Amino acid sequence: MRLAVDGIAFSYGSTSVLDGTSFILEAGEHALLLGPSGSGKSSLLNIICGLQTPQQGSVTLDGQTMNDTLRKTHMGVVFQTLRLVSALSVKGNLLLAQKLSSGAHDELRVEAMLDRLGIAHRTHARPHELSQGEAQRAAIARALVISPSLLIADEPTSALDKDNTANVANLLIEAAKDAGASLLIATHDDRLTAHFERTLRLADGKVV
Amino acid sequence: MLSLALAYLRDRPLTTALNVLLLAISVAMLILLLQFGEQARDRLERDAQGVDLVVGAKGSPLQLILSSIFHVDEPTGNIPYESLEGLRANPAVARVVPLALGDNFRGFRIVGTDASFSELYGLELAQGDAFNAPMQAVIGSAVAEATGAELGQKFIGSHGFASGEESSQGHDHAPFETIGILAPSGTVADRLILTSVESVWDVHGIAHDHSDEEHDHEGEDHESHGSEGHDHSDASAASPTGAGQTSRAQAVRPSGLEPELTSLLVSYRNASAAIRVPAMINRQTEMQAAVPAVETARLLDLLGASIDGIRIFAWMLAITGGLAIFVALLNMARTREGDLALLRVMGASPVQVFATVILEGVITAAVSAIIGWIGAHSLIAIARSQFATLADLGLSAFSPVPEEVLLIGAVIAIGALAALIPAIRVYKIDPASVMARA
Repeated sequence: MRLAVDGIAFSYGSTSVLDGTSFILEAGEHALLLGPSGSGKSSLLNIICGLQTPQQGSVTLDGQTMNDTLRKTHMGVVFQTLRLVSALSVKGNLLLAQKLSSGAHDELRVEAMLDRLGIAHRTHARPHELSQGEAQRAAIARALVISPSLLIADEPTSALDKDNTANVANLLIEAAKDAGASLLIATHDDRLTAHFERTLRLADGKVV
Repeated sequence: MLSLALAYLRDRPLTTALNVLLLAISVAMLILLLQFGEQARDRLERDAQGVDLVVGAKGSPLQLILSSIFHVDEPTGNIPYESLEGLRANPAVARVVPLALGDNFRGFRIVGTDASFSELYGLELAQGDAFNAPMQAVIGSAVAEATGAELGQKFIGSHGFASGEESSQGHDHAPFETIGILAPSGTVADRLILTSVESVWDVHGIAHDHSDEEHDHEGEDHESHGSEGHDHSDASAASPTGAGQTSRAQAVRPSGLEPELTSLLVSYRNASAAIRVPAMINRQTEMQAAVPAVETARLLDLLGASIDGIRIFAWMLAITGGLAIFVALLNMARTREGDLALLRVMGASPVQVFATVILEGVITAAVSAIIGWIGAHSLIAIARSQFATLADLGLSAFSPVPEEVLLIGAVIAIGALAALIPAIRVYKIDPASVMARA
């Protein structure tokens, strides 16, 4: 699905964070949203995810103004801190995502997704029992299990070394390709640029 | 949301278990009080039904009622046999049931009486025949169940009212024969052994005459316990407690101890008797007249005051349980606001997140209520088997009363109420600020 961010303006009080930010992410396209800390990447992702409301501008998905229904059925998010629900197993986290997205469970798809990401052996493990890499894969599996049209990841490699950064980047790209989803990764880590066909640089509240 | 609420509860097992335990104890206490209060009230009212007045020896009127109607206390003494016929001759009196007490068999009281006892309690035989001669006995259904007694079996009564009494002594010379077993009636009769008044006199060696044939006890007295060889052949089997009524002819005593009765259960013929008969007995005789309705109400008031005190304590315990749930959920709301914000991002509505927290409170309370309910009824079953007094009071283990549903509902409401503020807190979570803080 085509994501269009058009003229977004957002400020905290008198501090302007985004000032007419615009870009388009075509269906199936993979892009990097690159910017230093404080450049407004997280605010922009929050607006796309519906967590914050911009003072100006709009976000559309295939021409439809983004709303809660579009978000939960078409958008998968991988958070910087992963945010797996600690009370649930890996499988439980994926089932919960399905339930919230479509109201139904598809255990076969859950198991296939865990297998696809190489953590089928950790199906019943709780988040605190996972290694960092396993938890990262579980978080990606959770974002993908709802078959999203748009996969968004916020600083997915911030705590990783060079090798693992490449692994995670490849994993996200491969997973998005398999799912036929568009991919937008927000990061300050310019090592990732080599992996992406397109980089959106955020500076002074605008995509340049 | 239900599975998530269950997962959160499982995630903190110790806190959940303690909260459940606290609330379950209060539920169990409340159910026990409810059961005891209801069953005691029901039992007292049922056993006293149809008895307008109890006439006995002077003493505590409550003791007279307890011993003569509920069969749980010592009698106040004996009264002259003539009082029975005197009251039966009174036109204001519809029925007088004589009671002669003094012995037990394995803790079950042996009651000397006549056919009027069956009429009073509406008794029917399940097996065998009514007693129609001395030393024949008809046993209540609970007695048969507890002792395993069968038709034709003989047993020996012991002096006193409890099987464990140190003073109890067996009346070996005068065994009773079980000739009938009563159908369950739900009254005190289930726990009694019924025989004729003459049998009680015979057992204690009290001389009396027999109406149908010559029979001489030669003036044996109470202490000697020497009477044997009776041959009573009176009556038919129309009533489980024999036919006809104890008559003056049977009470003629040539010598020795006078035949006496323990008490009389009186039913009035009309309302005016309620004023005249007790007054007449209390003023003109050496006996006392006790009104079951008055004494039962007084007993229930005494019981009720104690029960109310314990009930307040139990409700305070339930509220403490609710507070414990509140504190646990409030802490949960703080520590899991990241999770809950994530749920919002993943598509959960504020109402769904709110419901998850409310469900945690409701599930905790519901599990507590179920455990408390089962615990209370199991405790009654255990206590009933261990303490004869509870069985005597007719306390039964699994006889739920409608108020228990209300009680369980109230406890679940406490759980929901305890979860309300934490739920409102998570309802108001701003996912963006929570996610930004992480």
